[in-house]
Amino acid sequence: MQIRRTKADGSVKPLLPYLQDYKKESILGPAFKLLEASFELIVPLIVARITDEGIRTGDTGYILRQCGLLLLLGLLGLAASVTAQYFAAKASCGFAARLRSALFSHIGTLSYADLDRLGTSSLLTRMTSDMNQVQTGLNLTLRLLLRSPFVVFGAMVMAFTVDARLALIFVGAIAALFAVVFGVMLTCIPLYRRVQERLDGVTDRVRENLAGVRVLRAFLKEDGQVAAFSGDTQRLYGAQTFVGRISALLNPLTYVIVNIAIVLLVRGGALRVQSGNLTQGQLIALYNYLSQILIELIKLANLILTITRSLACARRIQSVLAIEPEMRYGSEAADTARFGEIEFDHVSLRYPGAAGDALEDVSFRVEPGQTLGVIGGTGSGKTTLANLIARFYDPTSGKVRLGGRDARDYAQSALRGAIGVVPQKAALFSGTLRDNLRWGSESASDEELYAALETAQALPFVQEKPGGLDFELEQGGRNLSGGQKQRLCIARALAAHPRILILDDSASALDFATDAALRKALRQLPDGQTTVIISQRTASIRHADCILVLDGGRLVGAGRHGALLKTCPVYREIHESQFKKEAAQ
Amino acid sequence: MKKTASGGTLRRVLALLRGSGWQLVLALILSAANVAGTLYVPIAVGRAIDCVVAPGQVDLAAAARALSGALIAACGAAALQWCISDLFNRMAFSAVRDVRRQAFAKLQRLPLAYLDAHPSGDTLSRIIADADQLSDGLVLGFSQFFTGALTILCTLVIMLRLSWRIALVVVLLTPLSLFAAKFITGRTKTLFTAQSRLRGQQTAYLEEMVGEQKLVRAFGMEARASARFDEENDRLRDASLQATFFSSLTNPVTRFVNAMVYAGVALVGALSAAGGAVTVGTLTVFLSYANQYTRPFNEISGVIAELQNALACAARLFELLDAPDETPDANAALPTPVSGGVRLRDVSFSYVPERPLIEHLELDVQPGQRVAIVGPTGCGKTTLINLLMRFYDVNGGAIYVDGTDVYSVSRKSLRAQYGMVLQETWLSGGTVRENLTMGAPDATDEELFEAARACYADDFIRKLPQGYDTPLSGGMSLSQGQRQLLCITRVMLAKPPMLILDEATSSIDTRTERKVQSAFAALMRGRTSFIVAHRLSTIREADVILVMCDGHIIEQGKHEQLLEKGGFYAKLYNSQFEQ
Repeated sequence: MQIRRTKADGSVKPLLPYLQDYKKESILGPAFKLLEASFELIVPLIVARITDEGIRTGDTGYILRQCGLLLLLGLLGLAASVTAQYFAAKASCGFAARLRSALFSHIGTLSYADLDRLGTSSLLTRMTSDMNQVQTGLNLTLRLLLRSPFVVFGAMVMAFTVDARLALIFVGAIAALFAVVFGVMLTCIPLYRRVQERLDGVTDRVRENLAGVRVLRAFLKEDGQVAAFSGDTQRLYGAQTFVGRISALLNPLTYVIVNIAIVLLVRGGALRVQSGNLTQGQLIALYNYLSQILIELIKLANLILTITRSLACARRIQSVLAIEPEMRYGSEAADTARFGEIEFDHVSLRYPGAAGDALEDVSFRVEPGQTLGVIGGTGSGKTTLANLIARFYDPTSGKVRLGGRDARDYAQSALRGAIGVVPQKAALFSGTLRDNLRWGSESASDEELYAALETAQALPFVQEKPGGLDFELEQGGRNLSGGQKQRLCIARALAAHPRILILDDSASALDFATDAALRKALRQLPDGQTTVIISQRTASIRHADCILVLDGGRLVGAGRHGALLKTCPVYREIHESQFKKEAAQ
Repeated sequence: MKKTASGGTLRRVLALLRGSGWQLVLALILSAANVAGTLYVPIAVGRAIDCVVAPGQVDLAAAARALSGALIAACGAAALQWCISDLFNRMAFSAVRDVRRQAFAKLQRLPLAYLDAHPSGDTLSRIIADADQLSDGLVLGFSQFFTGALTILCTLVIMLRLSWRIALVVVLLTPLSLFAAKFITGRTKTLFTAQSRLRGQQTAYLEEMVGEQKLVRAFGMEARASARFDEENDRLRDASLQATFFSSLTNPVTRFVNAMVYAGVALVGALSAAGGAVTVGTLTVFLSYANQYTRPFNEISGVIAELQNALACAARLFELLDAPDETPDANAALPTPVSGGVRLRDVSFSYVPERPLIEHLELDVQPGQRVAIVGPTGCGKTTLINLLMRFYDVNGGAIYVDGTDVYSVSRKSLRAQYGMVLQETWLSGGTVRENLTMGAPDATDEELFEAARACYADDFIRKLPQGYDTPLSGGMSLSQGQRQLLCITRVMLAKPPMLILDEATSSIDTRTERKVQSAFAALMRGRTSFIVAHRLSTIREADVILVMCDGHIIEQGKHEQLLEKGGFYAKLYNSQFEQ
């Protein structure tokens, strides 16, 4: 739906710096692995010597010594590869941890628009399963990716030392093998992507059915869904078997190529032996080198599959990391005396990808310490207005000024410290009440917290909770009622003594009496903060110093309650829909 | 006990393959042929090498014969291997496709009680991740286990026939690698448990912090959240390092055992060859077998772990499939047209037996009446809806629609008569049009636009990027109010004789709500309607107001009557306008 600037379509190079601290490990890991491989490459030579000298002469002592050497090589290989495993594990775990940390911090810089677009669940996948896959992939890469080609080319080099003419067969075989390996891989990668897409389709259908089970049953959609799901799974099956068929070509083809090479080798070798240019043992050594190549290639193919999958995950992570924060912050501190002055100067905002403006040419001004009421219909732009005050979004055109300065001039910490937001949806976190209330101000004392709770009309029920401020909330604050959560969210914002307090329809679960008491307490706060109340109920905002009436993103009325009743038909209509009939009774 | 349970799971996994029985048999036969071919190649090459001893001792013709044998065997084995992979892929993927379909069909039959009680993420992962694991296990398990075992067996037989002395070295030394692997996996289990525990903790923290990222931002919590995350992250890194390192020791150790086998074969083989007991070619065959022989062992131990994992996943899937279905449905359909008289007689219901909710509920609703249900949270309003729709079955008593016991007719025929708008505005990922015509697939565009206009949805739908054909999946985010308007339009279009509205207008502002209400009023005319709402202004116009408290209807009547009565309702109502 939207065209996005993601510059991370191919390369995962930008992720390399996270490996910086593990440079030593990332070099030593493969190095030790190569050492191990070198030991392995010596083995066929020793076997050749056993054949040519030991067996021919029947020298038992020589055979014993050479076999002892084989065992020694094995031991050395063990030591080298254990070392390599350690370095690889250290580098990959360290890398993944660094990357997780970086991505987590990066999520903290994404704009609201990007957060909307990416969605929680995909961000969580990036942070968890994608990360694990990348860690596994890097681990395997460090251990094996260099090793296999090294053995393949090493075997070729060794072949040249044995017999340069026959070694040409190796050159041809290796070229053919690499063509096959990469040909099959490159064909499969897009096909695997298609499998993933179809699996996503299957997943979406199940998720949808779980979430919408009541509606689907109410509309008797069970059979239709089963039929559609049957189609989804069939498409997945088709994609899976197709890519399976192509990737299954890899092993048989490499097997055939290596065996053709073996046949050519033994045939050519026979002539060289006949002419006295080669011994039987050397021929066996060459044969063993070809066998080693085959074994390594099978490993390499499996490795490449895993790495491909990991690269796809790494790319997804990178594509999130590549999103640049849209917000640039200035360095101004929030001047406490004047900061609470809010001014909108012909402000419009269009969300990315939206067809129309969410807010259109809105201008108003509120003095520090005043109360601003915002009211309007669904989609009229109330929350957008709040988001602009808090600078969660920047206006598409026009200026938002706080304390007489462009909101963009303030430092991020200044804005967050001076603006308290109570969102529509009351969200709390696992941990104690105290932890939750200290979100805005880490150093708030218990007295301050109690004062905030009292203003938020939350003190009575908090005092009833076992442990008071030490009461443990479950994830999402599940062990509290909706009204309690809302009041705690208000207290949380108040505890930081904001200069501007924004209540975004955040008293909807409160009964009218509590709502009224809350508003009265807010007015009497000694902080002298500017309060922005967004509501659907005129009762909640009628005492505001200024009321903005929004309709379809446009400001259709501004002023006090009494004046608006006379001059603003939209406001009158809202008010009457809530009050007139009662008044008539 | 546990053994038989996993045995049962294995049997059921195998039963999944029953549909492709001939494929399995064919695959097994081809695998045997493939193993024979693969094992023959080194023998043929060994023979060829025996023809090439030294200058003057070279039999080119015999070598060529042996080599062409090797080439034919290699090509044959390769072709067979491709066929086998395809067969196993088909079997595994179709088995998983089928079990997913079963599970999905099961979803449609599960009682709501099950779905409400089980986290949907868990059910989802059973159908997706567990089924994937099962398919991986099946592909790997079947193809590698069988060929692996067969390779080991055949290699053993051939080696024994070639030279029992050298064979003995292989047979005696190889199990060492299995022991070593087992020893290491046993030790690393606790490390892996520690790793997954930390991962779980981290995921829980992430769910909160990423899920409420905007709030984190609003409070400038990013740095603090990152700091805490890093602490846990470092712990995870250390645990992960241990688990990864110690588990990756398996490979070097088994390879060292391989090296021992190789040296042993070389020693005994060379000594035998020196004594003339075997040829150099035979020694070559042995050396190449020594390399090949140990590989299936390592693979099989990997496969067994994979299979165990797959079985555990299969067990979770089967658990879902085995969950009891909804109570059997009657075949008869509710006689239509329904006029909408609803009667509840002595209805009792509770979600958990220890906590009775609705007890001996009596209710009589005349056709076309508008029934408002009011009461504090948890009083049973939503439960009543669950019972009317037969999402849940009553524990006692009966419900009648037009005098027909709803338990004597099919759920579908009952639900077809209700239109429902719930608190949670669920929309499918399809287009706006697909969503709106969900209850009326045959609706014309004209009818669609008219319904949307009547519900004040037409305006904003047309402003969407593709209007009525805008897909609602992906980045399209509608406001809660807009979603609700769509849900209302959806019912408006279906025109059912009875309506259920659960907090239908709670997130629409009063002004829009009033417009929608007048649309609803038209819709509700002549239709029996049940409306659950906290907001009293939405239910003032009801014919009957049911005031519920603790599962009982404590007051019943019209707005004015109830106000006059000065009871519970009057108190609720007045609290709204205290200033």
